[in-house]
Amino acid sequence: MMENIIEIKDLHFSYSSGDEKSEPKEVLKGIDLNIKKGEFVAVLGHNGSGKSTLAKHLNAILVPTSGKVIVDGIDTSDDSRLFDLRQRAGMVFQNPDNQIVSSIVEEDVAFALENLGVPYEEMRKRVDGALKAVNMYEYRLHSPSQLSGGQKQRVAIAGIIAMQPDCIILDEPTAMLDPQGRKEVMATIQRMNREQGITIVLITHYMDEAAKCGRVVVMDKGKIMLDDKPEKVFSQVEKLKAIGLDVPQVTELVWELRREGFDISPEIISEDECVEALYRIFQQEKRR
Amino acid sequence: MAILETQELTYTYSVGTPFEKTAVDHVDLAIEEGEMIGVMGHTGSGKSTLIQHFNGLLKPTSGKILLDGKDIWEDKSKIRDVRFQVGLVFQYPEYQIFEETVYKDIAFGPKNMGLDDAEIKRRVLETAHDIGLSEELMERSPFELSGGQKRRVAIAGVMAMQPKVLILDEPTAGLDPAGRDKILEHIKAYHRRTKNTILIVSHSMEDIASFADKILVMSNSKLFCYDETVKVFARSKEISEIGLDVPQITKVFEKLKDRGLDFGKDVYTVEYAKNLLLKKLRGGTANC
Repeated sequence: MMENIIEIKDLHFSYSSGDEKSEPKEVLKGIDLNIKKGEFVAVLGHNGSGKSTLAKHLNAILVPTSGKVIVDGIDTSDDSRLFDLRQRAGMVFQNPDNQIVSSIVEEDVAFALENLGVPYEEMRKRVDGALKAVNMYEYRLHSPSQLSGGQKQRVAIAGIIAMQPDCIILDEPTAMLDPQGRKEVMATIQRMNREQGITIVLITHYMDEAAKCGRVVVMDKGKIMLDDKPEKVFSQVEKLKAIGLDVPQVTELVWELRREGFDISPEIISEDECVEALYRIFQQEKRR
Repeated sequence: MAILETQELTYTYSVGTPFEKTAVDHVDLAIEEGEMIGVMGHTGSGKSTLIQHFNGLLKPTSGKILLDGKDIWEDKSKIRDVRFQVGLVFQYPEYQIFEETVYKDIAFGPKNMGLDDAEIKRRVLETAHDIGLSEELMERSPFELSGGQKRRVAIAGVMAMQPKVLILDEPTAGLDPAGRDKILEHIKAYHRRTKNTILIVSHSMEDIASFADKILVMSNSKLFCYDETVKVFARSKEISEIGLDVPQITKVFEKLKDRGLDFGKDVYTVEYAKNLLLKKLRGGTANC
């Protein structure tokens, strides 16, 4: 049994409307979720489903109205351990321009380490290592303003990696990027997970990204609606469509063919699986 | 006759400095009235620079832009009129909302055009209807609305000027699948009513497949192609090579072709794929 890095117990959260008369709005309505060390979890849900609010609980940007969130053994409501927590669980946001603070790439990556008082030698090592890990080392002396969106997001990720966190939470990190930038960022996150064993929680709108994760959590109206392997989640095409989500095109095609009575697995989420399955069907037809 | 035409349009940034870069290189285009066009190109391909020429935000380094057959830069003092005739909706337009009510925000453009109050009212309500904003919302503050609604207010503000050409730069960026479909549906409704020319910049081939009569692709500062949607998708291999994404389903059919299952057609929607497969499987003509 691997140990849990994130434990969420009956989490409720309400935004106060700032107006005494009106009721506070409950955004999270009882979330129970455990995530193991080294897992790669995608969180899906339409706008307003509560997925970003949930993400913000993982490094104490928000704290529960009731219930508990424990990350790496630290209770997120414990103010005295806030910095400790944020060092272990780093967050990457949607807009790359809002999270870059320095005028030189390597200084930006070093920013948090300077705040933490990491000695120079160690800092040098960690900054270089982090930039190499995201394939941005050759840009270390560039100005972030001259980078593409995908490159900026990778610099932001490097800034987090330099802190040597156990867990990275990414809130729609590719929403503002073009297809090339999206691919770069996804490949970087996957590598971080695979090679360094960093736990990844990826909030996303892109079904193809979620299909690459080990586990998919679907949120709807402040609750967890589905939580399973991606092929199991995506095979529930009707359920997902009903809450305004999509499935990968190949899953939809397979679902349509099943409705027409063809014997094909509903748990197909990648191009290659789909090609394989269609090929097999045609082979069978030929034999008939 | 073409509503919008470019002749040898060329634009070079920072002429005479080490950063000199030709972003648009001898582009010849003729866009017919009433078409709905998808604009694609990876970051840095020159597509944003190109569209900023269409309403005179940028002045060509050399070459011409003709609106309704007239050079827009022939008389510099008339450039304001060009901006009323070619409306440009930027990315994340909701950040540009500033008025205190939804009505006033949508009315801002028409008011600047010097229209009378009755005409302004007619246009605001008509446009609000197209874009799916109910009349009850008109007196609300736009800042109280949801993200998707705010974006629709911002788009309506440009539509209400009834530009002959409407250009939208990634109108669906950052929205969830349901929000994305909704915005595209409303833009289509506006198009059906006004028959005005519309250009939509998008990174999503799936989206473009759903609305575009024609596709304009920019690559490395040059016009890669401008042609009917089917014909552009038929070149999906080349499109992938210049760093753009083709629909997942198109890739599946390409791979099937590589394995000897040639359907002789280019597939880019799930619906079409399904029908094609069913025909082959049920028609008993699976000659492969």
